[in-house]
Amino acid sequence: MQALKAKLEQDFADELLDCDSDRDEITMHVAAEQIVAVCQRLRDQYDFEQLLDLCGVDYSEYGGSAWETKQSSEFGFSRAVDGMGHAEPVQDGLRFAVVYHLLSIKHNQRLRLKVRLEADSPVVDSVTSVWNSAEWFEREAFDLFGILFNGHNDLRRILTDYGFVGHPFRKDFPLIGNVEMRYDPDKKRVVYEPVSIEPRTLVPRVIRDDNRYHKDQN
Amino acid sequence: MAEIKNYTLNFGPQHPAAHGVLRLILEMDGEVIERADPHIGLLHRGTEKLAESKPFNQSIGYMDRLDYVSMMCNEHAYVMAIEKLIGLEVPIRAQYIRVMFDEITRVLNHLMWLGAHGLDIGAMTVFLYCFREREDLMDCYEAVSGARMHATYYRPGGVYRDLPARMPQYQTSKWHNEKEVKKKNSNREGSLLDFIEDFTTRFPKCVDEYETLLTDNRIWKQRTVGIGVVSPERAMQLGFTGPMLRGSGIEWDLRRKQPYEVYDKLDFDIPIGKEGDCYDRYLVRVEEMRQSNRIIKQCVDWLRANPGPVILDNSKVAPPKRAVMKDDMEALIHHFKLFTEGYCVPEGEVYSAIEHPKGEFGIYMVSDGANKPYRVKIRAPGFPHLAAMNEMSKGHMLADVVAIIGTMDIVFGEIDR
Repeated sequence: MQALKAKLEQDFADELLDCDSDRDEITMHVAAEQIVAVCQRLRDQYDFEQLLDLCGVDYSEYGGSAWETKQSSEFGFSRAVDGMGHAEPVQDGLRFAVVYHLLSIKHNQRLRLKVRLEADSPVVDSVTSVWNSAEWFEREAFDLFGILFNGHNDLRRILTDYGFVGHPFRKDFPLIGNVEMRYDPDKKRVVYEPVSIEPRTLVPRVIRDDNRYHKDQN
Repeated sequence: MAEIKNYTLNFGPQHPAAHGVLRLILEMDGEVIERADPHIGLLHRGTEKLAESKPFNQSIGYMDRLDYVSMMCNEHAYVMAIEKLIGLEVPIRAQYIRVMFDEITRVLNHLMWLGAHGLDIGAMTVFLYCFREREDLMDCYEAVSGARMHATYYRPGGVYRDLPARMPQYQTSKWHNEKEVKKKNSNREGSLLDFIEDFTTRFPKCVDEYETLLTDNRIWKQRTVGIGVVSPERAMQLGFTGPMLRGSGIEWDLRRKQPYEVYDKLDFDIPIGKEGDCYDRYLVRVEEMRQSNRIIKQCVDWLRANPGPVILDNSKVAPPKRAVMKDDMEALIHHFKLFTEGYCVPEGEVYSAIEHPKGEFGIYMVSDGANKPYRVKIRAPGFPHLAAMNEMSKGHMLADVVAIIGTMDIVFGEIDR
């Protein structure tokens, strides 16, 4: 695996932003403009015949927690429920990521590609020309995160309802949703209304400092 | 003579052969399919988003409900992702139990698939035969977890509890007298392992029965041979995995090629197809049932001989024993913390994949160090398979669409997530 990593680092010196291996998995970070060229080369020269998975990630609340764990405060449990707690969302401008998982059947290798995208214009070139399996995966990432894929010839919503508004897997989309649906006997049709339920937090999100997991110690 | 025009046909979402809630928009030229456009998402529950709002362990139950005919395999990929993130070593007995139940699940899944697929294209009897054996395997699920389907049996660090020493038995009732019940209980006198062993000796004969009904059946062959042919190159392009890929002649099985748990210690073969049509995929799956049966037998033998712990003795991720909690303050605190806040998982991202009965089932998990996952992406094997619907059904007749849906082994719980 280290051999593959060294080879990739050498061959893709110009395109590669970063390449790390963690828990026996290699991740290549690539700029959005170069993704198709990189994928083409990975498929043709490295025999990554399969695109197993493609998904979006919204990093806007990465590292944020609802509860201060290092010092005591006068607030009780409610601060987590009300969202009054400690939250330091990471916002370096690159809010979204598209993650590709590749598999080479010939060499029995896996590889992860990662592309970071801007918050206000999440656009990346489509890899449907390299792997046909990307077609639905890209539709899904578009549907759930609002990431646009240049060159995709059928970028429709796929999982959400017909006429759905918004991109539900973005972190700023509420878990309870925005609208609810019921059958109206007077109008004799299905109607959409704003949600009537309250959001609730059963378990607050916490990040605890754990010295077992400190990187420099192991 | 009247002019014949192309027309659009709406298939499903409520159609017995749609295997759930598939809506297909078919553009037809007479009886021939020109274009198929599957509309999915009617069963979308946002499992991935729900998982982001819950501590790690609380989402195990959601995994059962993804592919609801191969429950424990879904859990397996999920707990493996957590274990990989934390770096947990699972006790060897737990690994064998997991492998055994993965294979039981594979048989369960393939039986369900075979029955439904047979029913779709006109073979009624197979369905009844398949469900007869499924019942016994469901009882294994129940014996070990209390639930016949949604088991929530696997845990990060092992499995919830050891195999029971007694197999639950039928009881007499208004409808079943003593004699009848005694007969039904004849293979339930011993432990769960005895029951499973009895099953493994019976099962190859049952598979022979299914094959007698189908393999050389003229109608079955007419409906499946040469239907939905996928070449190996296309299968890889389209992201096929599992029996769909093996049916096209590519020998790829994660249990062999990237072994997890104890698959490298077990003896089994990987069947592959030749033509890549529905019939080959049928043969591959039937042979897989026989191979799974072999694996189950080996696991039973090992588990009999090797007692031991089935979950990690690490109170940071696995709850302490009930008895210890009664007089140990530390254990009580651990228990309380685990079941209220959960455990924090170190920062990082992993992709863990298993050979699910339908193909490669993967969990891509991103953690930022919190007690809940930051992002969980479920790589459902059926998703790319269904995406190939258009390509596979083009030029076929309307009735073949049903055969193609059947051969894909579609379950909407996992596709829509």
